[in-house]
Amino acid sequence: MSILKQEIKSQKLVIIIWSLSIGLLVAACVLMYPDMKSQMDGVNDMFSSMGNFTAAFGMDQLNFGTLVGFYAVEGGNMLGIGGAFFAAIIGVSSLMKEEKERTAEFLFTHPVSRIRVITEKLISVFFIVIILNVIVFVCSILSIVMIDEEIFLKELILFHLAYLFMQFEISGICFGISAFIKKAGIGIGIGVAGLMYLLNIVANISEDAKVLKYITAFGYTEGADIINNQEINIDYLIPGMIMMVVGIIIAYVKYNSKDISA
Amino acid sequence: MNAIETDDLTKSYGKNRGINELKLTVPEGDFFGFIGPNGAGKSTTIRTLLGLIRPTSGSAKVLGYDIIHEKDKILKEVGYLPSEINFYSGMKVKDVIKYSADLNKAKCKNKALELSERLGLDLNRKVDELSLGNRKKVGIVCAVQHSPKLLILDEPTSGLDPLMQREFFNILTEENHKGTTIFFSSHILSEVQNYCHTAAFIKDGKIIMSDTVDKIEETGAKRVSLSGAISGFDSLIKESEITKYVSDLKINEEDGVADFIYNGKIPLLLDILRETEPRDLTITEPSLEEIFMNYYE
Repeated sequence: MSILKQEIKSQKLVIIIWSLSIGLLVAACVLMYPDMKSQMDGVNDMFSSMGNFTAAFGMDQLNFGTLVGFYAVEGGNMLGIGGAFFAAIIGVSSLMKEEKERTAEFLFTHPVSRIRVITEKLISVFFIVIILNVIVFVCSILSIVMIDEEIFLKELILFHLAYLFMQFEISGICFGISAFIKKAGIGIGIGVAGLMYLLNIVANISEDAKVLKYITAFGYTEGADIINNQEINIDYLIPGMIMMVVGIIIAYVKYNSKDISA
Repeated sequence: MNAIETDDLTKSYGKNRGINELKLTVPEGDFFGFIGPNGAGKSTTIRTLLGLIRPTSGSAKVLGYDIIHEKDKILKEVGYLPSEINFYSGMKVKDVIKYSADLNKAKCKNKALELSERLGLDLNRKVDELSLGNRKKVGIVCAVQHSPKLLILDEPTSGLDPLMQREFFNILTEENHKGTTIFFSSHILSEVQNYCHTAAFIKDGKIIMSDTVDKIEETGAKRVSLSGAISGFDSLIKESEITKYVSDLKINEEDGVADFIYNGKIPLLLDILRETEPRDLTITEPSLEEIFMNYYE
């Protein structure tokens, strides 16, 4: 477990900054809610007249006037975009950075098999993603307590679980990409996350593009679906988890026989 | 048993770099110098032996283990110093040394401390602020601390000042006396000549010569210096059949001295010298460096 420890230790600061940034943004949204609530009637009318724009962010099926509806859109966007980018960056840099920072020669000339390195790095990626999500979840709960609202625990857990799966999926796919590249990974990672987000917006706007929901990792994070159905949409989740597993398998196959560059 | 044994080991990259049907044997317990200019294939050989890159064809054994299928066993017994060494940014020197020991599953704190002291290494500095020489020292401690059976060092002395180089070779010599096989690559001939028992020359990815340093120095090549009537000596050599045995020919008409390396039959040389009628003549063993130049021209 030395490699796992080293991975987490070396990224300590990055984890803390990202976790607190996203956590505080989500909390800020919640803290804004009491102010918003009083003006909400007008806001709901306004959003309902905005057509595609509301649909794009899944706001057409949610009641903005309740905290759970408000949280699903605002909190969801913060954790969705932030978490996806974070997961992408952590995943895509995991294997790549050894060659980029020229530490690969140090690591791989110690008696550690490639399989062990890949496994410990993969665990560290998932572990780091979990840390971020736990911190964000705690921030969220604390902020709801601070504004004296009732905690909608079931929705909140389903909601955060969906986002956790989404980040697992993106980090798994990016982990696979990480095995192939030596540099410029961060950009590719952000590209993957951004593309997924964009596909979800397209799928939300157009009925014809609903099939994209099966491809994008944001398909099963839709707040409206989770609140209305009280569950995560398995039909969208399963293809996502398959893509994650494929990414991980590709990482093992490729990296295990890769020529490590000097 | 041989510490390193390669059989037609080949690694080809797209164009010209790499190694080609390399045959190399390093006996256990040897102090072995691996000599070649930049780009000859030294690092490629080492990186293939350590499993960082996969050979295109051929095979090799390190300490009796196959480099592809028993890589983990090899790495357990080997200490390696890369030519350009980098560590994880943000770590302290002592953390890197500890991490390396952990990865080797070795408890060797005392030896690490002793080595660091001998090399004058500050354990509390961050690795990011270290100069090349100091990074090398950290690498040396990491490679040697767990007392491996085989030490592979890729151009180890670059960046070290002469005093440190001497201390470094003292450490290597001590380890060698304890039974560790030392294999290091270099393009500095004098260090190979001073410390190594055996040496191999690599050129364009092939071993062109491998023998004990003593034997290499007696290759039969001679450095010939003569003075006196040397006008026309240049054309004399060029027109005779010995020209193909002559290299590194330097003629200074003003001072009347000529100097070259001769690697052929002695009677032929004598014939030419008789024609030249030199005033003075010395024939000496060339240095390893001159042999090296002779090979790589």
